[in-house]
Amino acid sequence: MNFNFKHEWIETNIGLMAVLTMLAISVGGLVEIAPLFFIDKTIEKVEGVRPYTPLEQRGRDIYVREGCYTCHSQMIRPFRDEKLRYGHYSLAAESQYDHPFQWGSKRTGPDLARVGAKYSNEWHVQHLVAPRSMVPESVMPNYPWLLSTKLDISDVAGRMKALRKVGVPYSLTQADYDANVAKFGETVAKQLHIPDAQKNLVEQANFGNYDGDRSGISEMDALVAYLQVLGTMVDFSKHADDAFVDNR
Amino acid sequence: MAVTTYSGAEQYNFDIVKKFSVMALVWAVVGMFVGVYIASELAWPFLNFDSPYFSFGRFRPVHTSAVIFGFGGSALFATSYYVVQRTCQTRLISDGMASFTFWGWQTVIVLAALSYVSGYSQGREYAEMEWPIDILIEVVWVTYLILFVGTIMRRKQPHIYVANWFYLSFILATALLHTFNNLSMPVDLFSMKSYSLFSGTQDAMTQWWYGHNAVGFFLTAAFLGMMYYFVPKQAGRPIYSYRLSIVHFWALSFMYMWVGGHHLHWTALPDWTSSLAAAFSILLLMPSWGGMINGIMTLSGAWDKLRTDPVMRFMIVALSFYGMSTFEGPMMSLKEVNALSHYTDWTVGHVHSGALGWVAMISFGSLYHMMPKLWDTKIYSQKLVEWHFWLATIGIVLYIVAMWISGITQGLMWRAFDEFGNLQYSFAESVAAMMPFYAMRAIGGMFFLSGASLMAFNMFMTIRQGKRESAALEAKLAAKMAHA
Repeated sequence: MNFNFKHEWIETNIGLMAVLTMLAISVGGLVEIAPLFFIDKTIEKVEGVRPYTPLEQRGRDIYVREGCYTCHSQMIRPFRDEKLRYGHYSLAAESQYDHPFQWGSKRTGPDLARVGAKYSNEWHVQHLVAPRSMVPESVMPNYPWLLSTKLDISDVAGRMKALRKVGVPYSLTQADYDANVAKFGETVAKQLHIPDAQKNLVEQANFGNYDGDRSGISEMDALVAYLQVLGTMVDFSKHADDAFVDNR
Repeated sequence: MAVTTYSGAEQYNFDIVKKFSVMALVWAVVGMFVGVYIASELAWPFLNFDSPYFSFGRFRPVHTSAVIFGFGGSALFATSYYVVQRTCQTRLISDGMASFTFWGWQTVIVLAALSYVSGYSQGREYAEMEWPIDILIEVVWVTYLILFVGTIMRRKQPHIYVANWFYLSFILATALLHTFNNLSMPVDLFSMKSYSLFSGTQDAMTQWWYGHNAVGFFLTAAFLGMMYYFVPKQAGRPIYSYRLSIVHFWALSFMYMWVGGHHLHWTALPDWTSSLAAAFSILLLMPSWGGMINGIMTLSGAWDKLRTDPVMRFMIVALSFYGMSTFEGPMMSLKEVNALSHYTDWTVGHVHSGALGWVAMISFGSLYHMMPKLWDTKIYSQKLVEWHFWLATIGIVLYIVAMWISGITQGLMWRAFDEFGNLQYSFAESVAAMMPFYAMRAIGGMFFLSGASLMAFNMFMTIRQGKRESAALEAKLAAKMAHA
């Protein structure tokens, strides 16, 4: 065997160069991303995590639309200061129904992964309309249009269908629904049923009255409903302190 | 049909290079203006004007898309079409395809900006464009690949020049990254809204695999292609080490794709993934510095040009910032450092030392070299180039120093405890502490923007001068012909 490699072979052959380059750039992603879909430990099995209700999901859409992720993270790290400031570190399971993920990369404002149930609805509404009236140091923009814009609920079922196609367990058929009852319980399963999407959304908005105005459903209703559920699904008092260490 | 005589204008398609060069400058000014604006919003929030269209969250992707894809992208199209034709001594294989990439790409940037301010966003950093725009990008990109590779296949000599390897790697990697990161399910065919195929952890890793390699290939490999052609040209010397370019190329192409996970240290991404990413980030220091040394040492024996040639100075400062950022990056990918730096302005500063210091400076240098040649004239004003250089350099220094201070301050304030073991500062106190540095950063940006605007003016005058000169020449020829 006399194999005398010369780089010149590659330099003079564009086909060979393209193929080898493609190989070189493909390895990293394959090794680091593909296993995340197959290693069971990647996402913890934990009780309580459920898909968003139609109203919460519409709120999440608004969160994405306004680019909240450019200043707020939703990923608490396992540090002493973050535990004190924000709460238990975030679990992978908690964002398993998040399409897209909104972990963020910057905290111009604080982390929001567990902001749910920390403040009242009234606080959120006032803070979103005029942040500096609640937190004088804040540099957050005012979002007055959330209160004045009626929430578009016409395509909420369509949105849930799209999410169903990418794997979120919203139910379309009776069989799906029964499976959800077994998995999440009846109260949650009802909220996840696509044929009732609009009805459920209206009911939750009217019942919750998140924006403090009963005359209609605003974008503010949806966004506050979303913010109020963030980080509240898992009851950490049921788990030992080191229950999730193996998954990290 | 008249028989055309052989000349440079017909040998190469320079028309497309000219168009992209001009748009690179237009997007530089527009994108940097929006950058200064959103930086100012953080310092003086009244600038959001209670308007959805100008609010920081929607406006920020306008800035990133306009500078990365508008300015950077147009500069890359321009220089890659120039370099591939010059080094292969052949014309682009199709004028129609070239023209399509131009109009297609400009449409992408305009649509992206309009869609963000109207509230359409995928919520993925640097990939905010919704699915119809993503499809257009895909079509333009495949056309670009065919055009580029097709032109190389028609080359007049056996060897493919180094710069073209880097451009090729950038085109292939961008296609791969763009495709997989944008897999999503539209609500319906007539809806701009879509949901990403992946969720949570897997989605995060896919996005940062994309996100960091937008830096690695779009903003590094491609601009290294620029460097490998224009630095030797401007210096009038061959590249320092051919062997080093080979090592640089393969090591960089292979390793970059592994490092994205370092954006997800201490998150719900499994530890093995981010640790592996960190290990590769540190390894990456070697090819990066190899490339920097290769570029800077090309000037050996011609160091006096640093004093006499402002264009050369742009390129060498660019390489120095490349070296600085590619040292800072691996350092920030260490878990302990990252615990402090992540989520803070330090990251923003790091990105800008790469984006302003390396990407923008090497582009400015290359455009200053190329544009007078394209219009067959000299730079209108060397004095303005000098001014641009200093404005840009001062701007960068102000910017990154501000972000270092604010980033480290933030990180330290968040983790500070008082003597009773309680958190010492509220989050709001850390926001208040940022104010002077946000103002300083905005001012740094204004310096940089002023420099870029001077360049746009200088190049506008250069083009006008070139056109006037060639018109005068033609008139002279016509007069001669009439006499004969």
